[in-house]
Amino acid sequence: METLYLVFIDPFVQMVTAPDFFLQVLWEGFVSGVLYALIALGFVLIFKASGVLNFAQGIMVVFAALSLVGLTALGVPALISFVICIGIMFVLAVGVERMVLRPLVNQPDIILFMATIGLTYFLIGLGELIFGGEPKTMVTEQLLLPTGSTAFDILGGFLILQHIDIAAAVIAIIMVAALGFFFSKTRIGRALRAVADDHQAALSVGISLNQIWVIVWFAAGIVALVTGVMWGARSDVSFALQIVAFKALPVIILGGLTSIPGAIVGGLVIGIGEKIGEIYWGPLVGGGIEGWLAYIIALAFLLVRPQGLFGERIIERI
Amino acid sequence: MTSTRTALAGMAIAAVAFTGLATPAAQAQDGELFIPLLTYRTGPFAGSGIPIANGMADYLTMLNERDGGIGGVKIRIEECETGYNTQKGVECYESTKANDPLIYNPYSTGITLQLIPKASVDNIPVLSMAYGLSAAADGNLFPWVFNPPDTYWDGASAIIKYIAEQEGGDLSNLDGKKIGYIFLDAGYGREPIPLLEQFAKDYGFTLTQYPVPADQMQNQSSQWLNVRRDRPDYMIMWGWGAMNPTAVKEAAKIRYPMDKFIGVWWSGGEDDARPAGDGGKGFKTLNFNGVGQDFPVIQDILTHVVEPGKSQVSETARVGENLYNRGVMNSFLMAEAIRTAQEMTGKKVIDAADMRAGMENLNITEERLKEAGMEGFMAPLKLTCADHSGENDVYVQQWNGETWEKVSDWFSPMKDVVRPMLVKAAEEYVASNQPWPERSEPCAQ
Amino acid sequence: MLYREAGQYKTSYAADMAVFPIRQDRIGIAVMLAVAFVAIPLVASPFFLASIMIPFLIFTLATIGLNILTGYCGQLSLGTGAFMGVGAYACYKLTSIFPETNILVWILASGIFSAAIGVVFGLPSLRIKGFYLAVATLAAQFFLEWAFIRIPWLYNYNASGAIEVSTRTAFGVVLTGPTAGTVERYFAVLAIVVLMTWVASNLLRGWVGRSFMMIRDMDIAAELIGVRPLRTKLLAFAVSSFYCGVAGAMMVFFWLGAAEPSAFSINLSFQILFMVILGGLGSLIGSYMGAAFIWILPVLIRMVPEALGLPIEAATVEHINFVIIGALIIFILIVEPHGLARMWQIIKQKLRVWPFPY
Repeated sequence: METLYLVFIDPFVQMVTAPDFFLQVLWEGFVSGVLYALIALGFVLIFKASGVLNFAQGIMVVFAALSLVGLTALGVPALISFVICIGIMFVLAVGVERMVLRPLVNQPDIILFMATIGLTYFLIGLGELIFGGEPKTMVTEQLLLPTGSTAFDILGGFLILQHIDIAAAVIAIIMVAALGFFFSKTRIGRALRAVADDHQAALSVGISLNQIWVIVWFAAGIVALVTGVMWGARSDVSFALQIVAFKALPVIILGGLTSIPGAIVGGLVIGIGEKIGEIYWGPLVGGGIEGWLAYIIALAFLLVRPQGLFGERIIERI
Repeated sequence: MTSTRTALAGMAIAAVAFTGLATPAAQAQDGELFIPLLTYRTGPFAGSGIPIANGMADYLTMLNERDGGIGGVKIRIEECETGYNTQKGVECYESTKANDPLIYNPYSTGITLQLIPKASVDNIPVLSMAYGLSAAADGNLFPWVFNPPDTYWDGASAIIKYIAEQEGGDLSNLDGKKIGYIFLDAGYGREPIPLLEQFAKDYGFTLTQYPVPADQMQNQSSQWLNVRRDRPDYMIMWGWGAMNPTAVKEAAKIRYPMDKFIGVWWSGGEDDARPAGDGGKGFKTLNFNGVGQDFPVIQDILTHVVEPGKSQVSETARVGENLYNRGVMNSFLMAEAIRTAQEMTGKKVIDAADMRAGMENLNITEERLKEAGMEGFMAPLKLTCADHSGENDVYVQQWNGETWEKVSDWFSPMKDVVRPMLVKAAEEYVASNQPWPERSEPCAQ
Repeated sequence: MLYREAGQYKTSYAADMAVFPIRQDRIGIAVMLAVAFVAIPLVASPFFLASIMIPFLIFTLATIGLNILTGYCGQLSLGTGAFMGVGAYACYKLTSIFPETNILVWILASGIFSAAIGVVFGLPSLRIKGFYLAVATLAAQFFLEWAFIRIPWLYNYNASGAIEVSTRTAFGVVLTGPTAGTVERYFAVLAIVVLMTWVASNLLRGWVGRSFMMIRDMDIAAELIGVRPLRTKLLAFAVSSFYCGVAGAMMVFFWLGAAEPSAFSINLSFQILFMVILGGLGSLIGSYMGAAFIWILPVLIRMVPEALGLPIEAATVEHINFVIIGALIIFILIVEPHGLARMWQIIKQKLRVWPFPY
């Protein structure tokens, strides 16, 4: 009886009795969700156009952020380093297309997946060789990002909003809108969708696969750079940051591997779900359950829709 | 792909494999003191591992450069990169063991736990300086393991004592208080829990726990939301690596009063507090070594090692940082043990068994500290056959936005409470690892 | 000339179905076994045995386990590390409850526990496929890792939160714990791995293996001709987890000596997956090659600067190691996506006509 109360009643009582805190939990969940969605976006972009689950997205985030901080440390103004970093991500995209994707075209998914894990190792080694393993502080102010926080008195309590979190949400929304526009309205975007639908058909109407791949990897690189800035501002820039990539996996699974809106919705469901789960139900089992809760949430959705919320329907034929 | 190329690639790989296997491992040279350093400059904990590795290596190099080694014998150091990975840690141990190492410093609780039984059989001492297995402080049961100057339980008791001090001095003032404990959810962070729970019962405060899983180190908003809801009067932290800076930032974010947020000595790196900017001001941690470059020993390192470019530090300003100096202290303890062993045995080139005796008879006095250029750098330290940790004095330091400031005097942990627990834990460890070898090593004086 | 099958006639079905139908293969395997059982223990240094051969063999067994699931049955799993952990914890509990029993019995029995856990986490495989399933197995990975930390009963309420291997014997020989000799441990590992490879090779040649492969190649078609997908997939999860569990138990008992939960982290899962894919999906010999490649190569690279007398820092070597391993993985995948096992087949093909290729 006691257990039943703690599981089914008490968490809701807590939510109602401390509404300001509940609001804060929702906000934190929302921000986490947006940040997860940013990482997930990188995965989705690449999966959509090439069918590759790009495991290296996590290390690309770290690599981009380290380059940015490293360049700034050399005395380059932060905004200029940001532009240079975009250039670095472009070079990386071209390199990956030439050295990894092109020779591996038409191979099974798992081989390409493995190749991106190889790429991860390569980038970890290269990054540590260039930048060293020491953690670095993100140059938040120089990038004209707001810091500090504002507290509101609300619902008999208070709500603290970090300015950087608000900025993260705004930037994420802008990026999603821009990518959505890019995919649906521009010529390249339409070519991308064609490639995603059918490689061979796209080739036969004169779309260059290689070019498309460079573009999506470049786009994923820019997403990685922005993600790196946002996550770096929340903790610090170090190789430990690549672990956050694991958070993106349940998100893309939940949203569907090929859907940009899915990444956003998935991110928010996971972000808010795991925060509420951890805070209201976590203490019952000793806390620290976030690590697997996200996967269980994703798994629960999958059992209903095996292709994710917005994924393309899997049609099987013999 | 053509099959010729495939075959060629296969042969190339095979050739590499064979040449590598045929290469003999480097042989130990006579007339040297060999100290392998198990370090990690890569991986998720590199941020904490790098300054320690630099400090350890630089002090020993300084002895070589300045004094020509210890007692006229050069020290040969060899770093083995573990990446904080237990598999590689064991490999490092196995690969250096044949070269007559004097002592091991695993710098990871996981690796320490693996080395304790192995090293006891191979008769090589293990120095786990204020980490590893707390129970190993019992020298009667663990003759080959040393964990000076303090164990985690000493640390936890010191923090509780300090909090009581803040509340007016007496431990009874803790009654009715709420103390939060945020920790890395691994053996390391869970170790102090039994002690803290005991204290909570004895002194009447409530203990709330906030575990941070290793894969959530940089994503602690839930834990800190819980802290905001529970509003503990004090927060204690057992963090390491990337967990520390994130925790400090999150604490600042929920506007937790930073001067009531106290970390263990492994949470006190400059890189842990600095990223939080102004928000980190006031954050406190325990410490047992001096911070800064104002010690003659650090000046010597600068002159003999850093300036000639024999150090791996990225910039001179990083010399003298907290974890760097801790590495220096770690190497100082080893060097002093070698010195002691040389005096005891009359030999110049000692072996691992002598080293163990040297560690057991380590007696670092105020005079000796002054002589070594380390006055005020650490508390005097004395180990005995029975006590391999010493439960030495610690102090509290506070981050002022730029650097660490000492804000308390040196004070001792609660020896009377911790010691019986240590002995009990050591007995339990031995009981569950039967048959455990009886101590056969004489207590050399 | 040396490797020629011509003239080797089979006079019975049994001979035709033998594991090694060609005489040269039989000689080859006999030589390899002789080297493994006799030559290596005689000449190898303790370092070579303890840090190269023992881990290599243990990883091989785990790789065979994952290969059964991923290579033969086509179910991608990223939970190998956790399943190995289940084996290790099960063996630890069993041997601390019954300390007198032969430790080899518990090593093998621990596989049963991980097989059971594997079946539970294999249940979603009926509905979820491909990368989606990989993420479902990640749920197993993270949940089990959490459980290893959070259930103190699993590690006998140790203050350190880790499992420590005490001295245990089999047939009167000390096999585990700090006093166990390297050669004894090596023989124990070698015997188990050889035995279980033999079992796997026969299992996979029979109806079990064939039904796995049918599911892998096209599960709907397999279902239509009478292979029950749920039963087959769960069987694959069970067999695979059994192998991984035994490998995990051996990893702690015969190699590491103690383990924190983090020893069974996601990195271990990836390490094993590397071995499977580089070795070759669906190949037992490939499992050996993949494990050797991924485990031994970094050890060798670490030795190179020392052997050549180059003054390179240990950390720099490690960085370069990462770069080389990453580049080599990509390189091998490009050269031969079917892994080292395929390369070996091609070499064998060449040998067949050597020295007069046509």
